[in-house]
Amino acid sequence: MDVTYQDRIPNNVGLAENRSLQRALEHWQPEFLNWWDDMGPAGSRALDVYLRTAISVEKNGWANFDYVKMQDYRWGIFLNPAQPDRKVNFGVHKGQPAWQAVPGEYRSNLRRIIVTQGDTEPASVEQQRHLGHTCPSLYDLRNLYQINVEEGRHLWAMVYLLHAYFGRDGREESEALLERRSGDQDNPRILGAFNEKTPDWLSFFMFTFFTDRDGKFQLCALAESGFDPLARTTRFMLTEEAHHMFVGETGVGRIVQRTAQVMAREKTDDPQKLRALGVIDLPTLQRYLNFHYSITLDLFGSDLSSNAATFYATGLKGRYNESKIDDDHVLRDVEHPVLDLEDGRLVTRPAPMLNALNERLRDDYIKDTIAGVGRWNRQIEKEGVPAKLEVPHRAFNRRIGPLAAARIDPDGRVVSEAEWAARQDEWLPGASDRAYVASLMGRVVEPGAFANWIAPPPKGIHYRPLDFEYVRFA
Amino acid sequence: MLAFEAPVTFDTHPDRYKHWRLSFDGPVATLAMDVAEDAGIKPGYKLKLNSYDLGVDIELHDALQRIRFEHPTVRSVVITSLKDRIFCSGANIFMLGMSSHAWKVNFCKFTNETRNGIEDASAHSGLKFLAACNGTTAGGGYELALACDEILLIDDRSSAVSLPEVSLLGVMPGTGGLTRLTDKRKVRRDHADIFCTTPEGVRATRAKAWKLVDDTEKSRDFPGAVARRAAALAEASDRPRQANGVELTPLSRTIDETGYHYAYVDVCIDRKARSATITVGGPPRPQPSDPEALLALGAAWWPLAMARELDDAILMLRTNDLDIGMWLLKSRGNAGDVLAADASLVAHRDHWFVRETIGMLRRTLARLDVSSRSMFAILDESSCFAGTLLELALAADRSYMLLANDPAAGPHVTLSAVNFGMYSEVNGRSRIETRFCGEPEPIERLRAAAGTPLDTAAAVETGLITAAPDELDWDEELRMALEERASLSPDALSGLEANLRFPLFETMETRIFGRLSAWQNWIFTRPNAAGERGALKAFGTGAKAAFDWDRV
Repeated sequence: MDVTYQDRIPNNVGLAENRSLQRALEHWQPEFLNWWDDMGPAGSRALDVYLRTAISVEKNGWANFDYVKMQDYRWGIFLNPAQPDRKVNFGVHKGQPAWQAVPGEYRSNLRRIIVTQGDTEPASVEQQRHLGHTCPSLYDLRNLYQINVEEGRHLWAMVYLLHAYFGRDGREESEALLERRSGDQDNPRILGAFNEKTPDWLSFFMFTFFTDRDGKFQLCALAESGFDPLARTTRFMLTEEAHHMFVGETGVGRIVQRTAQVMAREKTDDPQKLRALGVIDLPTLQRYLNFHYSITLDLFGSDLSSNAATFYATGLKGRYNESKIDDDHVLRDVEHPVLDLEDGRLVTRPAPMLNALNERLRDDYIKDTIAGVGRWNRQIEKEGVPAKLEVPHRAFNRRIGPLAAARIDPDGRVVSEAEWAARQDEWLPGASDRAYVASLMGRVVEPGAFANWIAPPPKGIHYRPLDFEYVRFA
Repeated sequence: MLAFEAPVTFDTHPDRYKHWRLSFDGPVATLAMDVAEDAGIKPGYKLKLNSYDLGVDIELHDALQRIRFEHPTVRSVVITSLKDRIFCSGANIFMLGMSSHAWKVNFCKFTNETRNGIEDASAHSGLKFLAACNGTTAGGGYELALACDEILLIDDRSSAVSLPEVSLLGVMPGTGGLTRLTDKRKVRRDHADIFCTTPEGVRATRAKAWKLVDDTEKSRDFPGAVARRAAALAEASDRPRQANGVELTPLSRTIDETGYHYAYVDVCIDRKARSATITVGGPPRPQPSDPEALLALGAAWWPLAMARELDDAILMLRTNDLDIGMWLLKSRGNAGDVLAADASLVAHRDHWFVRETIGMLRRTLARLDVSSRSMFAILDESSCFAGTLLELALAADRSYMLLANDPAAGPHVTLSAVNFGMYSEVNGRSRIETRFCGEPEPIERLRAAAGTPLDTAAAVETGLITAAPDELDWDEELRMALEERASLSPDALSGLEANLRFPLFETMETRIFGRLSAWQNWIFTRPNAAGERGALKAFGTGAKAAFDWDRV
C-alpha cells in the first residue's frame, strides 16, 4: 500500500490502489484547500486546535485527539465496514443484492441526492466562518472548529462517492460543490436554510440542534440506500453528526440554564430586566427556536413529493430506521396523513404513503426534536422557574409545500396577512432581538472563562479540564 | 425473438420467387406481380387479389437489387401484374388485422424503404419505372404505382386507382400514398380528399384529369402503350448499353444464439442488456482501384460486400429482435484501406457499378437513420471510423471516443470526400450537414480537415463526437450510459431520436416517414382501427366497425 496516501488521506476505501480516485482527488484536493482558505473559519490559519481526527473505522480509530492546524487537518474517507450479502431492503428491488456500482438507470437521481446532501456540508462551514471572532469560550471555539472540519470531512465523503462512482459528471459536480457560496444571490447553495445567515452563537447552537438534526435524519434515510457505498458512507457520517447535535443541544441548554439561573435568582421573567443582566430571555430563545425549527422543517421537502416516492420505490433512499420497521417495505396502497389547507383552514387528509415520505421523515424528526426541547425545559424546571419552551406547530412559517400558501401562527392557527405583519415579531426574531443577541457576542478566550450569557458545561472534551487550552493562539 | 424460433430472413433469389416474375426484353425489365395466395410469410391469411405481405415485398426488394447489379443494361422497369383485371390490391388486410403493432410498423417501414428505393434508382441510377396498372390498383397497390416515374392505367370501364384505407379500414394510406399524391403528383387537396374517401376509387378519365395517373389506354392497346412508354423511358436513361452484371451472391451469414455473423459485419446480441453490438470491419486488404478490377471482384468488393451485410443485419435486427433497443456501432480495420476504397468510389462514381455500390451504401446508411433503435457509436482503441465507416458514427445518436493516455496511439477519425454529400440521408443532406443543422462554419472547418486523422481532442473540438471519457473512466462511463438508456421508455426514445435525427431539412421522404410514424402509427394503436370492433378487425367479417366518435 502507498504509505503516503494512507498518511495524507486516511481512508478505508483502497485509495492507494484506486488510480481513478487518486486522479480525481489530486485535482480536487488543492481546490478544496483553496476553498477552505477562502471560506473556512476566518482568521484561523495560525491556530492550534485540539481536534479529533478519524483515522480508521475501528472502535478507537474514529477519535484521535491532538493539536492540529485546521488547514493541515487530515480529511479522511471512511465507509462503515461492509455487511456481507447486503440486500436492497425496500422498494421494487427489495431482496435483490445491494448495488456496489451505480445502476445506470438511477445515475441521475443518485447523483442529485448525493450532490444535494454534499452541498449542505461546505454551506454550513461558510455560514459559520465568522463565529470564531465572537466565541463565548475556548471550549466552544474548539467545538465550532471540530464541527467545521467534520463538515469538511462530510464534504469529502460525498465527493468520494461522486469521484469513485460517477465519472466525469461526478468530478464536475465535485468542483461545483466548491464553487457555490452560502447566501450568494447569484450563486447560492442548493437548499434555502443553507443560505440563511448564522450571525451569532445562539443561531449557531440552534442551527446545530435543529438543522444538523435534519442532517441526521437525511443521513439515516440514506444509510438505508440500496446503493451500498452511499449507505456505508452515510452510516459512518452519523457518528460525527451526533457530536454536532450534542454541541447544539448542550449549547442551547447551557444558555437556557444560565437564563433560568438568573430568572430564579432575580425572581423575574421580565425580558428587559433579564437583558439588562446580560442573559438571553426565554421569549427571545423561543423566537429563535421558532425560526430554526420552521426553516428546518422545510428542508424535508414538499409534503407530497413524487421525488420522494421515486427515491423510495427505486431503493435509493429509505425511511428512518427502515430495517427496523415492521411492514412490507414496498408501501404500495398504504396511506399517511398530511396537512393541507382547505377554505383557509388546516385539515389533515390521507395521502399515498410513497408520496408522503418527506412528511413521514418530518414526523420522525419532530418527535426527536420535541424530546430535545423537553430536555431544555428540564433545565428550566431544575432552577424552579415556571416557564417552558415549546415547539411551534409544524405548519408555522413554512415556505415550501401547500402550507406556504397561508400565514400560520405557532399554535397552528391560520391568520390574516395583516395579523401576521402585526405579530410576526412576537413569533420570529426581529431586528431588536438580533441586535440584542449581537450585542452579547464578545470574545472570550481565556482558558476556563465563559461569557456571561452561557453556563459552563459540566465537563471538558476528552477528559480534559474546563480550563484546558482547547485552542492555542500563536 | 424466442430462443430458437427461426428468424425471418430477407434472403431470396429470382429462381425462388413465389410472387413475382422478373423478365427482360432488351433494355426493359418487367416485374410482374403474381402473388401466390397460400404462400404468406406467416400462417393465418390468404394473399388474395395480388395483396402483399412482408414476404411479397422482400421479393420486390430483391428484384430491384438484382436489376441494379446483375442487369446493368436494363434502363427501364415495368411493374405490372399477371392477374386478370387486378394490378395490386395493396397490403393484405387480414395480415394487418392479425399482426402485432410492432410487426405492422416494421412492415410499413420496410415497404416504404423499398418504394423510396425505386425513386432513388430513378434519381441516381438512371433506372426509370413505369407502373402498368392493368387492373384494379388499390391502396398499397396504388402507392406502389405512385413510387414509379409514370403511371399508365388501363381504361376498361371498370379498373380504378383507389386509396380506400380511410373508408374501408379506418387507417391512412401510410406507405407514402397521401404524401406522394400532393408532393409528387401535385394533386389538388380537394381532389385528393374526395379520392381518399371514395372506396371504389377513380376510373381512367377522371384519374387522368386529376393527375392521379399520367395516361390511360384502352385494353386492346394497353400492351402496346406499355411497350412504347417503357421504350421511351429507356431511351432517356443513362445506364450503359453494354455491360456485364455483377452477381449478388448469397451472403455468408451464420445465425446463432449470440447474433448474426458475416464476413465484415458482426452482430453480437446481449439479450439481458437489450443491446446489440454491430461491428463493421474495413477492407481485409487494400482494394483495387481500377474499375475493371472492381468488376472482377464483383460482390466481393469490400464496399459492396460490407453494405449488403450491414443492410441485412439491420433488417434482421429490426424484424426479429424488437426488444434489442440499443445498437452499439463499432468499427475495425485499417483506415488507410478504407480511405483508399473511398477514393475509388469518388474517382469512378460515374461508372455504373460504382454508382450502384454508392447507392447501396447510401440506402443502407439511410436505413440506420430511420431505425427505431438507440444508436451509440463506440470509438474505442481499435476502431476505424474513417470515411465511409465514419458515417456510422455520424448516424449514431451519440458517440463515445476513448481519450487515450497517449493520444497519438489512441483512436482517430478521418473524414473523406464521401462524408460531404455522397451518402445523403432521406432529408437530402449529408450527415455532417444535418449534424450541424446546416451551419456553414463548423461544416467548412471539417471539410478543411478532410484527409487528416483527428485525434480524440480534435474530434471533440470539431464537434464530430459527443463525449471522450479517458481510459480510467471509459468502462464505467459506458456502462452507466448504456444502462441509463436501456431503462428509458422505448416509445419515448423512438420519438425523441426521430425528432433529433432530422432537424430542419424536410423532403418528401422525411415527410413520408414522419407522417407514417406519427399519424399512421397513432391510428394503428387506436381502438377505432385496431380494437376488437375496429375497422381493421371488422373488415371482411360482415360486421360494421364501431367507432368512438370523439375527435381527438
